[in-house]
Amino acid sequence: MSTVFVEGTPISDTRAPDVPLEQRWERRRFTARLVNPANRRRLSVIVVGTGLAGASAAATLAELGYQVRSFCYQDSPRRAHSIAAQGGINAAKNYRGDGDSVHRLFYDTVKGGDFRARESNVHRLAELSVRIIDQAVAQGVPFAREYGGLLDTRSFGGAQVSRTFYARGQTGQQLLLGAYQAMARQIHLGRIAMHPRTEMLDLVVVDGRARGVVVRNLVTGEVSTHVADAVVLATGGYGNAFHLSTNAKGCNATAIWRAHRRGALFANPCFTQIHPTCIPVSGGHQSKLTLMSESLRNDGRVWVPVAAGDTRPPSQIPEAERDYFLERRYPAFGNLVPRDIASRAVKSVCDAGRGVGPGGLGVYLDFADALERLGRDGVESRYGNLFAMYERITGDDPYRVPMRIYPAVHYTMGGLWVDYDLHSTIPGLFVIGEANFSDHGANRLGASALMQGLADGYFVLPTTIGDYLADGPFPAVGDVSGAQAEVEDRIARLLSVDGDRSAEDFHRELGAVLWEHCGMSRNETGLRKALELIPALREEFWSRLRVPGSGAALNQSLEKAGRVADFLELAELMCLDALHRTESCGGHFREESQTADGEARRDDAAFSYVAAWEFTGVGQPPVLHREALSFDHVTPSQRSYS
Amino acid sequence: MKLVLKIWRQKDAADRGGLVRYEVDGLSPDMSFLEVLDVLNERLTAAGDEPVAFDHDCREGICGACGVVIDGTAHGPQAATTTCQLHLRHFADGQTVTVEPWRARAFPVVKDLVVDRGALDRIIEAGGYITAPTGSAPDAHATPVPKPAADVAFEAAACIGCGACVAACPNGSAMLFTAAKATHLGVLPQGEPERPARAVSMVAAQDAEGFGGCTNSGECTAVCPKGIPLDTIGRLNRDVLGAALRSG
Repeated sequence: MSTVFVEGTPISDTRAPDVPLEQRWERRRFTARLVNPANRRRLSVIVVGTGLAGASAAATLAELGYQVRSFCYQDSPRRAHSIAAQGGINAAKNYRGDGDSVHRLFYDTVKGGDFRARESNVHRLAELSVRIIDQAVAQGVPFAREYGGLLDTRSFGGAQVSRTFYARGQTGQQLLLGAYQAMARQIHLGRIAMHPRTEMLDLVVVDGRARGVVVRNLVTGEVSTHVADAVVLATGGYGNAFHLSTNAKGCNATAIWRAHRRGALFANPCFTQIHPTCIPVSGGHQSKLTLMSESLRNDGRVWVPVAAGDTRPPSQIPEAERDYFLERRYPAFGNLVPRDIASRAVKSVCDAGRGVGPGGLGVYLDFADALERLGRDGVESRYGNLFAMYERITGDDPYRVPMRIYPAVHYTMGGLWVDYDLHSTIPGLFVIGEANFSDHGANRLGASALMQGLADGYFVLPTTIGDYLADGPFPAVGDVSGAQAEVEDRIARLLSVDGDRSAEDFHRELGAVLWEHCGMSRNETGLRKALELIPALREEFWSRLRVPGSGAALNQSLEKAGRVADFLELAELMCLDALHRTESCGGHFREESQTADGEARRDDAAFSYVAAWEFTGVGQPPVLHREALSFDHVTPSQRSYS
Repeated sequence: MKLVLKIWRQKDAADRGGLVRYEVDGLSPDMSFLEVLDVLNERLTAAGDEPVAFDHDCREGICGACGVVIDGTAHGPQAATTTCQLHLRHFADGQTVTVEPWRARAFPVVKDLVVDRGALDRIIEAGGYITAPTGSAPDAHATPVPKPAADVAFEAAACIGCGACVAACPNGSAMLFTAAKATHLGVLPQGEPERPARAVSMVAAQDAEGFGGCTNSGECTAVCPKGIPLDTIGRLNRDVLGAALRSG
């Protein structure tokens, strides 16, 4: 494998304070230099992306008095894909008195991430979780309430305590609207300059520091450069590399990939979370996959027929001929096992020919017992909108027939490498939320993504970026036309290929390669094959692409083509990372590394590190920098949910 | 399945625009309406023509980006549904369907089916929030919210800001949108201090953007994909009136 990558120097310092775990964030807050309010007005920060992380960061930085400039590709910041998160947000409030605590949330998150996250970061996340709920409630986020007026909670996959706060099946929407409204207030006050329908296409690096971005106005096509004292990327994950995923159609990797090409290390790109409860693919026309909230597994029971090839309708399959395989294999957690465990179990029963529905790629998620226990009203009050959504998409009524579900690409745990301050390897470039790699390890527990986005944006970044900005304002930048010219050249190149295949077509083909060889389970042969297929496809892209229209107007084909071009480069790194990691871990199941009963086998002795990759050129072997992980508070053990 | 689509094509805001007829076959009843546009666009691209521009993103009915007028109805024939969640099983094989952008003075057409809904953001910017700077929040349980109030707030908070209400209103009014936000925040104890000021400034911003006045025709709530109730508008009107009485 020596030809596919080069070993680089290890990463020795993550800037986490060298004090006991519980004191690290407090120490960092104290040691981070402050910027006096009069100076903040003279410092400017660019925030790209307006999801939970970006909106909360932009609003908070503006409240502090910095000049903020914010960009999103959507027509309004309120449409960022955080809005689609259904289930909930975790917080160690222990309002239930069921034994929850900051330490337990920390413990569950490190274990759930399969021991590939940093203890320091995760502990901080657990500490801040309680303040997020307070902040959201103060903003008017309508969380579910008990009759006494206090907040309701529920439990989520991978946890045995009830720590998840929720707003029916629309928690992400309500949290995002809270952050968006905080932003809207700052826009009105003139402290945030908002640029919707504007896409970041490159990072401007001057004298080794991130000093701005090159963007394209998606309506007029105008390319422009914006400079600032620091740049924050909050642009989400790259799951759309797979073409079919639960991400919004526009979610893309361009911002982080361009930053990677400019020198930011990219960590753990192969860690993709596959979510077990999505609506199965219905045909080749499919443009995206729809998640059904994991909270459904609180009351729904997952089963398949005992016999392979049993095509009887579910109502005609007697109890004795059903296999409630999650409850059977994992009695302590049952249907609430973590996402990677559930996804793999679903795949294995389908691979064994026991799947249901068209193509056999589905299992039942059955609410019959819950309907009996809670009544239709009870089920409707908990999951009514999800049931309506399911019926709308499939045409089946889940109150009468069980839902069918299958795993789908949902969330990426890899992303740009950041230190404890959320600072990338390019000074002045900070990366928050799903765009960074830091807090989830190899697998994300349910209801922890919203928590990370908001912790980063409301609380962590506003402190740590101050320490960097205390050295500012930085000298005026000279000529930055180079990056802009490169962007303009690239656009011209995309428009001039004049081939015969659409960007969508290439994207579909790339997605099929990734899903087949770098999806829920991977092996060396498949990954090596993908590493031959992807460069060939990339070459074909640049000779057969067709982008109709011009660059000087709204051109959705052009937008798509630019994003697919970046996915084609990133996909190679994902496969390479998966190839070098010869262990099974979290969402990454390496077939060569499994236990006798088919469970994932981690290899802590060899792989207890973050793989941070340095770009050296398209198709060139990247350089691997290892950041060793140490587990002093949660002893790595084989994850067991049985 | 096959559909005959008459789609509004308009190069940019200055172009006059007009309906263009397309026949699309080989469709499946399981497709969403936007996937039909995808199929059409792939064929247009293959033929060297420019695809139809339309807004969309999450395709899960929650981001509020999508939205077109289908045979005269915002988001099409199925009640309480966004265009991305409208499936072909609700159409007849061979049916002719007219597809147009939202039409309202405050929503200028950008291209084809894409309109500029920035005016809705500016209404929120004028006061659609609770002033709660980061770091100053009391413990969440310090503010109990009666469940009935929480339920009303939640129902109103479900608004996705798609603009269908504006497109459906004979006056091009944004009252349902504004009222949804005012109700969501106004019924909660946290939102009470700013309630009168919020109502007044949001309604003023709405008027300044060129939205028409509300005459209670109810078309808005009929097409709302999230079923925002009409009585939110009464609540907003009472807030505006209350503010006027207080200051008068």
